[in-house]
Amino acid sequence: MTDPVDILIIGSGASGGAFAWSMADTRMRIVCLEQGDWVKPTDYPANGRDWEARRYSDSDILPNRRQLPADYPVNDDNSITKIATYNAVGGGTVHYAAHFPRLHPSDFRVKSLDGVAEDWPITYRTLEPFFTENDRMMGISGMANDPSYPEHDYPMPPIPPGRSGTRFAETMNRLGWHWWPSAAAIATQEYEGRAACINLGHCLPGCAQGAKASTDITYWPQAIRSGVELRTNCRVREITVGPDGMATGAIYYDRDGQEVFQPAHVVVMAANGIGTPRLLLNSTSERFPNGLANSSDLVGRNLMLHPWPVVQGWFHEEMDGQRGPIVSLWSKQFYETDLSRGFTRGYMLQFGRGPGPVGEAQAGLESGRMPWGEGHHAAMRRYHHRRAHIGVACDDLPEQHNRITLDPHLKDSHGIPAPRIDYTLSPNTAAMMEHGIARATELMREAGAHTTTVSREILNYPGHLLGTCRMGTNPATSVVNEWGRSHDVRNLFVIDGSVFVTGGGVNPTSTIQAIALYIANEMKQRLDTLFD
Amino acid sequence: MSNTLANPPPSWGDPNLSDQEKRTLAAMCARMIPASDEYKVPGADDPLIQADIAKSLGRDATAVHEALALLDRLAGGDFAALPVAKQDEACATLRAEGGMNLTLTTRIVLQCYYRDDRVMISLGMEPRPPFPKGHVLPQGDWSLLDPVRARGKIWRDA
Repeated sequence: MTDPVDILIIGSGASGGAFAWSMADTRMRIVCLEQGDWVKPTDYPANGRDWEARRYSDSDILPNRRQLPADYPVNDDNSITKIATYNAVGGGTVHYAAHFPRLHPSDFRVKSLDGVAEDWPITYRTLEPFFTENDRMMGISGMANDPSYPEHDYPMPPIPPGRSGTRFAETMNRLGWHWWPSAAAIATQEYEGRAACINLGHCLPGCAQGAKASTDITYWPQAIRSGVELRTNCRVREITVGPDGMATGAIYYDRDGQEVFQPAHVVVMAANGIGTPRLLLNSTSERFPNGLANSSDLVGRNLMLHPWPVVQGWFHEEMDGQRGPIVSLWSKQFYETDLSRGFTRGYMLQFGRGPGPVGEAQAGLESGRMPWGEGHHAAMRRYHHRRAHIGVACDDLPEQHNRITLDPHLKDSHGIPAPRIDYTLSPNTAAMMEHGIARATELMREAGAHTTTVSREILNYPGHLLGTCRMGTNPATSVVNEWGRSHDVRNLFVIDGSVFVTGGGVNPTSTIQAIALYIANEMKQRLDTLFD
Repeated sequence: MSNTLANPPPSWGDPNLSDQEKRTLAAMCARMIPASDEYKVPGADDPLIQADIAKSLGRDATAVHEALALLDRLAGGDFAALPVAKQDEACATLRAEGGMNLTLTTRIVLQCYYRDDRVMISLGMEPRPPFPKGHVLPQGDWSLLDPVRARGKIWRDA
């Protein structure tokens, strides 16, 4: 057993880093447990000639493929969307595309506006100052005053659109569609010790340049300088509770495999929308036989994964290939509800560039566009660096049967039960996907693509893990209250994507971090009455 | 809980190819991506590329062993010993029946082929890692946004 701490944070990713930094000014004793390690920029794939190969091995987005010691397995056989995670200091921000849109005001009011799902207990305006603070801390590039949002600006100018972005922009102008330069957590100029983006290529497996904002290089250095202790290689097994029903700390395995109990006055879950419910469900006791904070039976339910079909297009002219950040533009033309489309809610179109030669050749051989034999070389030169893509980011409404449970057989390397995912598409989401695929294909053709393909059955796996400990004011229909405190355990907080009430149709990291900063602020304002 | 792996676990399969498997792999690669004088590239059966493949099986070692074993079975025992026309027939069957094992094997071949200096130069790429030089992304013309701005607000008040 170690000395008690005031606040114990589980997970050092998007939310854990932001929360730790914000709470550091209280001068309380704060410890964060992270099951992974620090990853050195010199270890990222862009440093080597095998950069593209490593995207399919130790830098794959899927933990089931990576199988690194820091990873835990996930049974996602019964889910069309596979589970993408990364376990290291910085968590998923090390491996994300850094696309950084905020949820829209309407996303917080889906029941009131559209009669579906539930309203959030907070609004866009609640989070607005924290969006701004987070943009500053993460260092976001973008262009002010997008007409699809309330007015706001960014610390840095946007990523250049490149050949593909310009082609799509010109095309959408002809179609009369909305588009805007993507907000991205990528430095376009020197920023707070970070170097500017030099277009190393795909950003997913970590940025060797340090231009991509992951919390290991943004929030954590400042939090640690302010006195927060970050303990790596520590895998938490369960949250413990006392006879009064309050959390008492956590039991974890340290880097040597030794079991350690860390007592704490407050426990904060920041292990993402899969890891947090997994830990809570693994934390059973006589008082909480169905898992911690689970009197509503909603821990693990309402999982939202953002179904994300992708339309690929090949052009006669050279495009950007892998020579730039993945993201360039977004379009919110179909974001807000229009029932004439045959579904409620909407989607974002996310415009991206192309793959490297391995990705192109692999897709060509699998599809038959490139033959085996003599014709391979000529075919490769017709397709290489001539591709761009459009992702359809669907607002995936919560359904209780989409959920995480504990797999009865699968365990991690410490014998801790692994999560099992059961997830299906609703008719509304399926209709939305088809609408988005049709519009994206129409746009591709209008832009001049001579060949298009659609990924319907093998969806993109965005790693957006949301909704499994939703926030709300009613303990019967939510897991945590409107400022992240468990309804059942008054010194247990959830600050990650688990608390989302609905998913929106955009990448969630900006909103996840704004919520973490908001909850930290609420806690600081309520220190005297935190457990009342 | 490290983010790197010192050694491949046994569950990934034998990381080494037998001599017979190496012969079969090289012959298959020659049919998949042959050398080309026109494009000034080696075939995927080039000894340097084959050596790279042989040490790159990693997580897919079992898949590679099984794909090569299937190809030899389709060839009646020794794919490399067949005449070229018969090899192409066996490859056609392999492509129809090889499934995920062939997909993963093909990916390893492509990963090694398309990082070879000669091949990258032929494609117009510099034979180097992305870092530290990076790439140049053409700047755009943000005046293209004028019509979007002119249409005005599209977000819903809530």
